[in-house]
Amino acid sequence: MSKILIRGAKVLGGEPQDVLIDGETIAEVGVGLSAEGAEVVEAGGKVLLPGLVDLHTHLREPGREDSETVLTGTRAAASGGYTAVFAMANTFPVADTAGVVEQVYRLGQEHGYCDVQPIGAVTVGLEGRKLAELGAMHESAAGVTVFSDDGKCVDDAVIMRRALEYVKAFGGVVAQHAQEPRLTEGAQMNEGVVSAELGLGGWPAVAEESVIARDVLLAEHVGSRVHICHLSTAGSVEIVRWAKSRGIQVTAEVTPHHLLLTDELVRTYNPVYKVNPPLRTERDVHALREALADGTIDIVATDHAPHPHEDKDCEWAAAAMGMVGLETALSVVQETMVDTGLLDWAGVADRMSVKPAQIGQATGHGRPVSAGEPANLTLVDTEYRGSVDPAGFASRSRNTPYEGRELPGRVTHTWLRGKATLVDGKLT
Amino acid sequence: MQRHLISAADLTRDDAVLILDTAEEMARVADRPIKKLPTLRGRTIVNLFFEDSTRTRISFEAAEKRLSADVINFSAKGSSVSKGESLKDTAQTLEAMGVDAVVIRHGASGAPYRLATSGWIDAAVINAGDGTHQHPTQALLDAFTMRRRLVGRDAGLGQDLAGKRITIVGDVLHSRVARSNVDLLHTLGAEVTLVAPPTLVPVGVETWPCEVSYDLDSTLPKSDAVMMLRVQRERMNAAFFPTEREYSRRYGLDGERMAKMPEHAIVMHPGPMVRGMEITAEVADSERCTVVEQVANGVSIRMAVLYLLLGGNEPAVAHPSPTTTLASRRFAPASEFRTNEEK
Repeated sequence: MSKILIRGAKVLGGEPQDVLIDGETIAEVGVGLSAEGAEVVEAGGKVLLPGLVDLHTHLREPGREDSETVLTGTRAAASGGYTAVFAMANTFPVADTAGVVEQVYRLGQEHGYCDVQPIGAVTVGLEGRKLAELGAMHESAAGVTVFSDDGKCVDDAVIMRRALEYVKAFGGVVAQHAQEPRLTEGAQMNEGVVSAELGLGGWPAVAEESVIARDVLLAEHVGSRVHICHLSTAGSVEIVRWAKSRGIQVTAEVTPHHLLLTDELVRTYNPVYKVNPPLRTERDVHALREALADGTIDIVATDHAPHPHEDKDCEWAAAAMGMVGLETALSVVQETMVDTGLLDWAGVADRMSVKPAQIGQATGHGRPVSAGEPANLTLVDTEYRGSVDPAGFASRSRNTPYEGRELPGRVTHTWLRGKATLVDGKLT
Repeated sequence: MQRHLISAADLTRDDAVLILDTAEEMARVADRPIKKLPTLRGRTIVNLFFEDSTRTRISFEAAEKRLSADVINFSAKGSSVSKGESLKDTAQTLEAMGVDAVVIRHGASGAPYRLATSGWIDAAVINAGDGTHQHPTQALLDAFTMRRRLVGRDAGLGQDLAGKRITIVGDVLHSRVARSNVDLLHTLGAEVTLVAPPTLVPVGVETWPCEVSYDLDSTLPKSDAVMMLRVQRERMNAAFFPTEREYSRRYGLDGERMAKMPEHAIVMHPGPMVRGMEITAEVADSERCTVVEQVANGVSIRMAVLYLLLGGNEPAVAHPSPTTTLASRRFAPASEFRTNEEK
């Protein structure tokens, strides 16, 4: 078995320590460990975190391999420090059967850059009318436990109620894309001062908040747990905070871009800022940061949404919604949460690895950095600052809102069960 | 304002007054037996219309031809656009044919801004209406009409609209005309009041430099000009108002309401009018209604904009400098055009 000694790493941002990997597991953590028989990685004060886990990734395969594949998407994930990603169901065909989720799962296993855990659709074809075979997807080789129609809202209250109830039988969770469809017909951006000026169709905060309010009440009524995807408004934060105070089993995620960017950027009419839910206001951004810091929002999830160049190189209304995020997520979180003093590195590990692994039941991920645990690890050079160059992305798509923006932090190494997937910033 | 005209909000007071003054000079050309100037001879302008708009396109075309430009009309219907060609490819194709300016009408808000700023083409871009965003030449021709009627044709030269009270009534939410007018009229010193049912006022209007009222009757006596916006009948299907009749009763302009306006006040409409909906035939056909005048003024305004943007007093082969602003360019009197051409 091969041994790797990571020397002088600040484990979760603490005092420098050595971490010895033996095979697939962490053998020892301590000061002055022997390097005998081991390949040595000089950490030099970099921060060591458990491998990141993304509960919300669009890998696009099958169906839109022109924008991303399981291979390119998992290489992007490894590049960004992730060891597990949850692949959303809105592929072509939709991941609403055991066959499709098993295909995606196996592709992840074969490529080996990170674990791919497919998410199953809640309803057949994401159409919101008929429950998909949730049990069959759970019992498949992919072992699906998270179900979502992401991209579309499960807006029918009865279907949502039944889904929440049904998955209790096998400990599943429904992840809701909260968007009231009638209130967002023709929606192009956040509804407010900027949309009024730009003449772009508004996506009001209430369209998200009203669905979240309904769903936490449904979850309470049937005693189920519900997960809220990409929460984006200050009002949503208040509702989730209230629900948690009542003991409702709700968890919520926020994307890196909603922690950093606002709808003021839409004034450029550059569709690289077009995303769903849309970029909101400064006030929302601050509420989201505080909620992530105080635990009201449980996790950061990327909503990595690759699109081919032509789908963004056009007028705003014609452009696709979404941004790639796997390769910049940790940097944005450092910028918005760590460098602002809202969260320490242990907190980052909790929000980007421990909690998402718990919500998605990703076995072996989000574990403590201690002896006997699986060696899923990420080494981050937190002193680094550099501007984002999409040309260097491992993702097949380049639709990042951060091109040319200076961001802190760079992932230099990623290990998946002891096997390096990223070394000195280069994929293996 | 630089070398493009994208939004009325980009115009300074001096830019706007220069355009209005220039348009007055251009209007004199229309009074001549031969309504043509050689100013833009050798320049090629494409009218790139992705949305049907006969009146705006014809107005631009008339302005371009009166300035002797070569005109290419492109309409999306039946073109490669209907086969899925992108805005970028269409624009680049046209530019490859050597156009100096693109007049664009597009259903998507921001399309002209994208065309001007994304590096796809080098030509000057003039917004002829984009989605529910802006229609700057409409606002300019409206301001021109107001200045003539409320200040005076000669007395108005060099003047703005300081202190004039303008009321804009109707579907503000979906109106690029309203947005452009609020921006420009504010720049020119006018006091603007928007009147509409609350459903047709955008969320976020509170930052606009204007007042908002839901009551037409109380606003009319305090108006020097009342601009009625078209209200599409389909809007009632989306519950913006209950019925056509109720809309007309509450927000339509009829003879009785017009009588509440001060004697000097004018009624305006960007067209096309929906008679019986926002305006009755009695009002539309009255002396106080400037609809036909607005159309005539539209040609003068578009001539002025094209002249100022394309540098009509520079040699025809030179490209306009990207840093030249409108205000820095002095208008050459109409008589000099001929001289230039004869040289």
